[in-house]
Amino acid sequence: MALRAPTPTRPTLTRRVIRPIGLIVALAALAVCMLLSVTVGAKPIPAADVWAALTAYNGGYDHDVIRTLRLPRTIIGVFVGAALGMAGALMQALTRNPLAEPGILGINSGAAAAVVIAVFLFGLSGAGLVWPAFVGAAVAAIAVYALGSRGRASATPVRLALAGTALAAVLQGLIYGVIVLNDFVFDRIRFWQVGSLTGRDLDLFWQVAPFLVAGIVLTLALGPSLNAIALGDDLAATLGARIPLIRAGTAVAVILLCGAATAAAGPIWFVGLIIPHAARVITGPDQRWMLPYSAVLGAILLTASDTVGRVILPGSELEVGIITAFVGAPLFIALVRSRKMAQL
Amino acid sequence: MNKTLAPPRPDEHTHTRPRGTVAWRSKGERLSFLLRPRTLIVCLVLALVSVVALVVSVTVGDYEIPLSAVPGALMGYGERLDVFFVQGVRLPRALTAIGVGAALGVAGAVFQSLSRNALGSPDIIGFTSGAATGAVFAILVLGASRLVVSLGAVAGGLITAAVVYLLAMKNGVQGYRLVLVGIGVSAMLASVRDYLLTRAELTDALGAQIWMIGSLNGRGWGEVAAVWIGFALLAPVLFAVGQRLRFMELGEDAAQGLGVNTRSTQVIALAAASALTGAAIAVAGPIGFVALAAPQLARRLTRTGGTTLIGAALMGATLLVLADLVAMRALAPTQLPVGVVTAVIGGSYLIWLLYTEWRGGRA
Repeated sequence: MALRAPTPTRPTLTRRVIRPIGLIVALAALAVCMLLSVTVGAKPIPAADVWAALTAYNGGYDHDVIRTLRLPRTIIGVFVGAALGMAGALMQALTRNPLAEPGILGINSGAAAAVVIAVFLFGLSGAGLVWPAFVGAAVAAIAVYALGSRGRASATPVRLALAGTALAAVLQGLIYGVIVLNDFVFDRIRFWQVGSLTGRDLDLFWQVAPFLVAGIVLTLALGPSLNAIALGDDLAATLGARIPLIRAGTAVAVILLCGAATAAAGPIWFVGLIIPHAARVITGPDQRWMLPYSAVLGAILLTASDTVGRVILPGSELEVGIITAFVGAPLFIALVRSRKMAQL
Repeated sequence: MNKTLAPPRPDEHTHTRPRGTVAWRSKGERLSFLLRPRTLIVCLVLALVSVVALVVSVTVGDYEIPLSAVPGALMGYGERLDVFFVQGVRLPRALTAIGVGAALGVAGAVFQSLSRNALGSPDIIGFTSGAATGAVFAILVLGASRLVVSLGAVAGGLITAAVVYLLAMKNGVQGYRLVLVGIGVSAMLASVRDYLLTRAELTDALGAQIWMIGSLNGRGWGEVAAVWIGFALLAPVLFAVGQRLRFMELGEDAAQGLGVNTRSTQVIALAAASALTGAAIAVAGPIGFVALAAPQLARRLTRTGGTTLIGAALMGATLLVLADLVAMRALAPTQLPVGVVTAVIGGSYLIWLLYTEWRGGRA
């Protein structure tokens, strides 16, 4: 993995200028989104009070809201969005498939099945569901990747999607069976499966943070190697890339990122699918730039969607998972229509 | 197809028959066609199995009825409880299973043929998702009766299928694009359903969830009539275009070269198959994976290259009546919705299918 990056194409001058500036702009936009996420809600709190809550905590109601509700939620949103954006970019690079996305590849249903089992057998709830979701997501991802990469050719886009569909079917059947037998489980799962940041606290963040950080570090380290893989297996091997190692490392990073994100916020559709495409428009195919961009843009989408969800309906909240699906699906369809699906 | 061609002389062309077929001719060769003994035997066996399963599901249950009492109960003789269970409960339920299974089998075969994809089923192009969303809306928002829920399901499914078809259209509708657009639209609809489910009372939400899984519990003669009439009207349309569909599996250009109007065949087949799926869903909810698995299983059992609609119908009927038997008895006295059984069995089958196909290097 010590391979020094062969960039796919020499970037143009404008792109070399745009990339760093764009990243600074995106980070600034993320800061604005975070500020909005902390200040906007059922009770608007001015930015000055937010600052006071952090620096000069007075124990008042507003300060409590900031410290125990809004700030944890914002931080988790940023990390979950970044993780999903990066995981999507990794999946797409790994499978050389513009349509790869954690949800399509069975990770969500794996986590859901594990959560159902945990609620059904052990009566777990809330933060106790983090670990089952993580393990379920990891097992499902490994199974789908193994099933999709059988045979002579490597894991093609369609194979992985079909394998994910098949595995999701069986898991869904199991989930249905448990739900029907036990309406307590159903009551838990119907709220979990929407994908939401409501009521997430800092304890939960500290549980998943090690995985998220490990996943993000591993992902950034993988950038140059993924550039080599993008050239095709044969050429990458000629250049000295250790392909099995890179593949395994990528798979581990995806599992760390997606498992932790799904554990923290439930299954959120399509962030991982659309964000890498948005990033690629700005950065071009160079993974060393694309991966950080995907992280920042993913964080922006998730925090912005969450903030919109808090204010779009008067008197109640719309979960972030519902908003991202409504933003993501039309973009996905536009993508499907605009590409020549020759190999699919 | 080939009205203009002179029929080939039997002695000249016997050796060009596909392997495993037998030519059948009436006297004077006014009627002649190829028979595949294997296909015929498989179809007969499937029909036999579904009849046996029908008889078994009439006799077994928490209230057992001896086989010898069944004929009398059918006629209305014998113990009153026997007559009630056979005529009023178990026979209509099993007949509904057979009708729904056959409808889903045929519709699935048509969807797979059209998309040239083993995964092309009404589940995947979004029809089922639309129907489920329509029904959940009817149950949770309108608080509707079963009939209105069924109508909501059919309307939702047809609208969604039309939207997916239109969105996938770009110089014609390519199979995979149809599937992928279906996935995208299904995702949006799923989030609508999630929203509705989280905003409803628990009991209502559970009712809607069970409807979405698909169940045959408590289905009576009204449902039998609905699904069988739907099948009788729509299946012949699909059988009629079956040959053209088989040409289209060769590719659109090849089919057009053989004189098939591909656009009209596609539209007729999609519309009739969607309506047939709608009839099945209206009666039993969106039972998963029968439409996906039945055509593939039938194809493998008969060892034919193409899609056999009649085989798929019989396979679907057999699968569903057997799955319902399992759903009724597996955790008795608790009755599982049959969709739980079909999802587990159908999904496992699909994994096995992918596993074996890809091992062979086919993609």
